[in-house]
Amino acid sequence: MRILRRLTPYRTPVIILVLFLCFPLIDHNAGHVNAAADAAVFVLLALGLNIVVGFAGLLDLGYAAFFAIGSYTYALAASPFYGLHLPFWPMLLVAAIVAGVFGALLGAPTLRLRGDYLAIVTLGFGEIVPTVFLNLPKYTGGTNGVVGIDKPTVFGYQFGFNPTPYYYTLIVIIVLSVIGILRLRDSRLGRAWLAVREDEIAAASMGIDLTATKLLAFSFGAFFSGFGGALYVAKLGIVSPDQFNFTVSFTILAMVVLGGMGNVFGVIAGAAILYEFQTLFLNDLTQWSHSLGQSLGIRVLTTINFVDLKFLLYGLGLVLLMLLRPEGLFPERRIRAIVTETVAAEVPVVGTAAVADSHGADTTPPGAA
Amino acid sequence: MSTGTVVSPGGLLLDARGITKAFGGLVAVNRVDFTVPSEGIVSLIGPNGAGKTTFFNVIAGLYRPSAGRITFGGRDITGLKPHTIARLGIARTFQSIRVFANMSVLENVLIGMHGHLTADPLRIVLGSPAVAAEETQAHKEARELLIFVGLKDRDGEMAKNLAYGDQRRLEIARALAVRPRLLLLDEPAAGMNPEEARRLMEFIRRLRKELRLTVLLIEHQMRVVMGVADWVTVLDHGEKIAEGAPEEIVRNPRVVEAYLGKEALA
Repeated sequence: MRILRRLTPYRTPVIILVLFLCFPLIDHNAGHVNAAADAAVFVLLALGLNIVVGFAGLLDLGYAAFFAIGSYTYALAASPFYGLHLPFWPMLLVAAIVAGVFGALLGAPTLRLRGDYLAIVTLGFGEIVPTVFLNLPKYTGGTNGVVGIDKPTVFGYQFGFNPTPYYYTLIVIIVLSVIGILRLRDSRLGRAWLAVREDEIAAASMGIDLTATKLLAFSFGAFFSGFGGALYVAKLGIVSPDQFNFTVSFTILAMVVLGGMGNVFGVIAGAAILYEFQTLFLNDLTQWSHSLGQSLGIRVLTTINFVDLKFLLYGLGLVLLMLLRPEGLFPERRIRAIVTETVAAEVPVVGTAAVADSHGADTTPPGAA
Repeated sequence: MSTGTVVSPGGLLLDARGITKAFGGLVAVNRVDFTVPSEGIVSLIGPNGAGKTTFFNVIAGLYRPSAGRITFGGRDITGLKPHTIARLGIARTFQSIRVFANMSVLENVLIGMHGHLTADPLRIVLGSPAVAAEETQAHKEARELLIFVGLKDRDGEMAKNLAYGDQRRLEIARALAVRPRLLLLDEPAAGMNPEEARRLMEFIRRLRKELRLTVLLIEHQMRVVMGVADWVTVLDHGEKIAEGAPEEIVRNPRVVEAYLGKEALA
C-alpha cells in the first residue's frame, strides 16, 4: 500500500511505463523495437544533459564527448582490441563512473565562464574528445574504431542482434536513473543547482560552494551518458569516432529543449519524440510522399527524401518551437516562469499592489510606483 | 544557534583593520578600521557612493581586500570565499533584493540551510532514510523561520510573486537559516515608508534579544538607525569620518557636512 501511495504523484509516468513495457509484445516489427531501443539510449543522454542545462543552467554544447567516453570505456574493456573481455554489468557502472570523472575534469576549466563563453568552450571539448579517439589508432582503433564488442549476458542468456533484450535493459536503467535524478532534484544538491542557476552571488553568500556544485552537475550529467554509451555500443557491436560528432550534441540539446528544460519527464518525451521522428517518421513520410507523387503524377513528390532534409526540418521545428512554445512541450513550472517573465512584467502593477494590501503590509517597490 | 566560533577576549565579534579596496585607480574603501562587539547593533552610514556596500562585500568575501585584515570570532577570514564565510557564521541580505525569484518561498529558506545539511550525493541517489529525515527536519525549521519573519503559510509561493516588503522578509529568513552569529543587512529599509522602517528596526532589536544575534546594518538615512543602533560609523568617499553613539553622530559637524554639504553649516 505504501508503495502505491508513493507512486500516486507519478501516475501518468507509471501508466506510460507499463505501455512501453508492453510495446515489444504488441509490435513484433524488429525495426520498430530496434528504433525504440536506440531512442532509449538518447533518453538516457537527454536525462543526463538535463541535469547540466536544465537544473544547473550551464549550457553545454559538447555533451557527446561524455557519450563517447562512456562508449569507448566499455568498447575497449570488452572486445578483442585489447583482448580484455570484462563482464558487461560491472562495466556498465564503470563506464558511467569514468564518464562522470571526465565530466568533472572537463567541467573544471569552465567554472569561471558563463553563458556564451561556457557554451563555446564546451563546444570545443565536444570536438576534441572524438578527435583524440580518432588520432590515437594504437589505443583506440582510430578511424576504424573498435569492432566485435562483447554482447551482454544475463543469467546465462546471451544477448544477440535481437533488439528486445536491449530495449528492456534500457527501460530498467532509465527507471533507475529517473528515480536517482528525482531524488537528486529534491535534495540539498538539487536545490543548490537551481540556486546557482538563479543567482550565483546570492547562492555563494548563503553557503553554497559554487565550484563543488557545478562540478557535481557536470559529473552527474556525464554519469548517465556513460550508461547510454555502454549499452549503445554493446547493442551495435562497433564504435568509431564519427558516431560522436557535433550533430549528436546538438540533437541531445534539441531533445532537452523540445521536451522542456528542467522537467525530467518532459525531456524523456522530447528524446523519444525527436528520435522516432528522425528515424521512423521521416522514412515513412518519404515513402508516403513517393507513392502520393506517383498516383498524382507529381514528379517532385517522388524524388524528395525527407531523411536528407533532417536538419533543415529540425531547424524549422526549433524556430517554430521558440516562437510558439519557447518553454518546450512539457515545461517545468519554473522554466515557464522564466521564459514568460517578459510577458508577465507587462502585466499591471495593480496585481502587486492588491497583494500588498491584502496583507496589510508593505509598499510596492519604488520602481513599480 | 551555536556555530562553534569563539568570541575574542575583548568581546569583539568582527575586527577589520586597515581595510582598503581599490578598483583600478578608484579607491572605494580607504584604510578603514572597524569593529563590531558581540551582540551589538552597529550601523554603517554615509551618503550614496561612500563605499558602504563595497565594505560589506569585502567582509562577506565577495571582494578580496586590496589591503587589511579581517578577523571574525578571533579567526582570520581575510580572502576566504563567500560560502566559507557564510558557513563560519556571517549571513547577509542585499541592497537590491536577491531572492531566488523562481524558487518557492520555502526553497529559498532551505538554501540558507545548505551548509548545515549533510546529505551527500551517494546517499541521496541511494535514497538513504537519514537523508529523508534530515529533509523533513529542515522543512520544519524553514517553516518556523518563515513564521518568525511574518511569512506564515506562504511556503509554496514563488518568491518573485511576493510583494516587495515580503521579499525583504524572505531575504532575512533566508539569512537567518544560515544560523549566523553576525547578520549583515544592506539598506533593509530601502523603499519603506517611515512607519514600516520603524517596525523593521523593532524587528532587528528582536533579533538580538531572541536570537542573540549581532547585527551590522548599512543605512542611507541617518534617521532610521538612530533608534536601533548602539554604535554608528560614518563613511564618506571611502574613508571613516566619524564613529560614536548615535546622539554624538547627529551633532558631529563632519557628518552633517558630508550629508548636507559645506553651505549648510555656514
